[in-house]
Amino acid sequence: MNTPEPFAGEVVHSPVRHHILSVLVENKSGVLARIAGLFARRGFNIYSLAVAPSERHARFSRITIVVDAESAPLEQVMGQLDKLVNVVDIWDIAPRDAVERELLLATIATDVSNRTSLLDILGRAGASIIDVDPGAVTVMLAGTPASCDEFERALEDYSSVELHRTGRLAVPRLGQELTNPERGSR
Amino acid sequence: MQLTGAQALIKSLEQQGVDTVFGLPGGAILPVYDPLLDSSIRHILVRHEQGAGHMAEGYSLATGRPGVAMVTSGPGSTNIVTPIANAHMDSTPLVVVTGQVATSSIGLDAFQECDITGITMGVTKHNFLVRTAHDIPRAVAAAFHLATTGRPGPVLIDLPKDVAQSTMEWWYPAGPEEYDLPGYHPLVDLDEADVERAVALIAAAERPVLYVGGGTLKSRATAELRAFAERTRIPVVTTLMARGAFPHSHELHLGMPGMHGVYAAVTAMQRSDLLIALGARFDDRVTGRTAAFAPGARVIHVDIDRAELGKIRQADVAIQGDVGAVLRAWEAAGATPPRLDTWWSEIRSWQTTYPLTYDDEPTEGPLRPQHVIESLAANAPEGTIVASGVGQHQMWTAQFWPFEEPNSWVNSGGAGTMGFGVPAAIGAKVGRPDRTVWCIDGDGCFQMTAQELVTARSEGIPVKIAILNNSYLGMVRQWQEMFYDERYSEVYLSADLPDYVKLAEAMGCVGLRATTPKEMSDVIDEANAINDVPVVIDFRVDATEKVFPMVPAGASNDDILVHPSQRKETR
Ligand SMILES: Cc1ncc(C[n+]2csc(CCOP(=O)(O)OP(=O)(O)O)c2C)c(N)n1
Ligand SMILES: [Mg+2]
Repeated sequence: MNTPEPFAGEVVHSPVRHHILSVLVENKSGVLARIAGLFARRGFNIYSLAVAPSERHARFSRITIVVDAESAPLEQVMGQLDKLVNVVDIWDIAPRDAVERELLLATIATDVSNRTSLLDILGRAGASIIDVDPGAVTVMLAGTPASCDEFERALEDYSSVELHRTGRLAVPRLGQELTNPERGSR
Repeated sequence: MQLTGAQALIKSLEQQGVDTVFGLPGGAILPVYDPLLDSSIRHILVRHEQGAGHMAEGYSLATGRPGVAMVTSGPGSTNIVTPIANAHMDSTPLVVVTGQVATSSIGLDAFQECDITGITMGVTKHNFLVRTAHDIPRAVAAAFHLATTGRPGPVLIDLPKDVAQSTMEWWYPAGPEEYDLPGYHPLVDLDEADVERAVALIAAAERPVLYVGGGTLKSRATAELRAFAERTRIPVVTTLMARGAFPHSHELHLGMPGMHGVYAAVTAMQRSDLLIALGARFDDRVTGRTAAFAPGARVIHVDIDRAELGKIRQADVAIQGDVGAVLRAWEAAGATPPRLDTWWSEIRSWQTTYPLTYDDEPTEGPLRPQHVIESLAANAPEGTIVASGVGQHQMWTAQFWPFEEPNSWVNSGGAGTMGFGVPAAIGAKVGRPDRTVWCIDGDGCFQMTAQELVTARSEGIPVKIAILNNSYLGMVRQWQEMFYDERYSEVYLSADLPDYVKLAEAMGCVGLRATTPKEMSDVIDEANAINDVPVVIDFRVDATEKVFPMVPAGASNDDILVHPSQRKETR
């Protein structure tokens, strides 16, 4: 067996060249459908998507969209998105300029034979156990998308795993310039 | 003042200066039709909701003001989807009000329920489902604001029946700050640096072309365009959507570019070293195979819609802005290319060698469709507005009608919607009753929406319809002849079924027919003398006539096929 090493979480494992758009939208019914519909009809691929009310007030939500930048030029994606009347603001965050995090929950069937090795993986990944019963545990990892990818692979050896990921959230690294379609860099 | 939602809707439309609504009532919109009786707004009762939508488009294209249509829920609303999609493609400002089932029934598959905001999401600029009567004035004001500013387009307001029936305290938003559109910023500041870079490119150009699209008309920049072109002497091409944006007869005008464009216009673009695109979007019908389009040209692309910039062709200078404002900025900066004499002499030789042309017709007929169009134009009063359907007749009209002024061409460009012509002409005539309105239609197109002539007759809207009856879905026939080994599949319509003269008469119109050149000039005179009822003329034209020049779909614009009479013998 290889010597256990802590998960580095540095490598970008996603197979596609992705880009992060952090989109502030009006919190109105149908807005998500407008965005999903736009991506579908223009042939832009969404790699992951996360939506929640934003910090300000209930009036806005923030949608973090990871787009496959190979499916369409980013300028085109942003230009079309910006035309949606309910889209208030778009931040375009290049992965190298972003701090990205994702939440992973997994329920794993356990027994005496695999419990030790599982605990070892959890320890190295920095995952924690959030629910237990005699035959299973539910674990949680909040980390970079890469460390979630790696954790997910490490769990492949277990026979019964049910896995959920939120899709990533991202904020610009402090000190980064952002491009915004209408109002220029900010 | 307490009003019902329905009253508030009508009052809001009045507030927006709406004089005409095209529509047809039904269950869900019934409450709104009651206060309409007390309003100054004229309602035109159509025979099919598609007609209402195209009439609103025709009204808008002829007047420059937004067109308004109102229909009921369910099938009423789906019937108007085609015009909405058409207006979306051509950036025509429309406000469409649809009735909806009561809010408590939404989502329960109630009678005539239909998710019209969902269906039209991709073909409107925006749409609203209004949930309280209090919100109606804001929705209406916002809809007109959205439809008419920035890149114009259709906006739909879905109004549930219970909202129309409930009451509200009347108010009206004072301005855009009260429209609750935090994500909508149609005004863009011109980037001075872009203006300067464009001016520098123009100053260095030896073979520039002004590639004028429909956005120039939407921006009402035709005076600025003319001043700029006349000072710089840069040749002008006007796309299908921009016919009339620059006077057809002007010496600097090369005509229409594209698949059925004038040889000189197409070739000037191909050989150009600087394309100045003004509110044009590099549509595939203009560019031909994009990789082979204007290979030596740098591009200045001006559009109010940022997403158009770089969508098809990367621009050397991309300017997000209003065409008129940009032209004024260039004028102020004195943008001038060097002498263009060599360029012009090249262009003049193309114009002389390959003008638009067609063969003479036999004295006993059938007529040449191009000749019919030229004869109609020659006898039409100044300022005549022309609508058309979609097909060969549309291309011939775009080629042979001399459009001299803006808003004189009412046409379905981006969507190519058969059946657009008759209702659009009716809408145009409602908007411009002072003008003669001709619809040059195909026999196929005419059969799609002809029933609106009943509307025209009963509402007293005297449009004139010229059917170029070639007894075929001619444009499709042309493709089958040229690219499918003359294997004609499902394109024959018959010249006599229906009998267009009787059909016209049954709808209360005057019906006329012409087969020979002599009959043609007689019926044109006769039609021009009638100004109280609609007139329909069945022109029997040659079924084998094809539209030339033609760039086959997917081919390079270099491979343009000119009229057979202009082709050089190969051996
Ligand atoms: C609603 C719709 N259906 C089909 C087509 C495809 N189409 C384009 S032109 C054309 C033929 C039109 O026939 P007609 O109105 O007789 O005009 P012509 O070409 O003969 O002048 C057809 C079927 C279309 N553009 N729109
Ligand atoms: Mg025909």
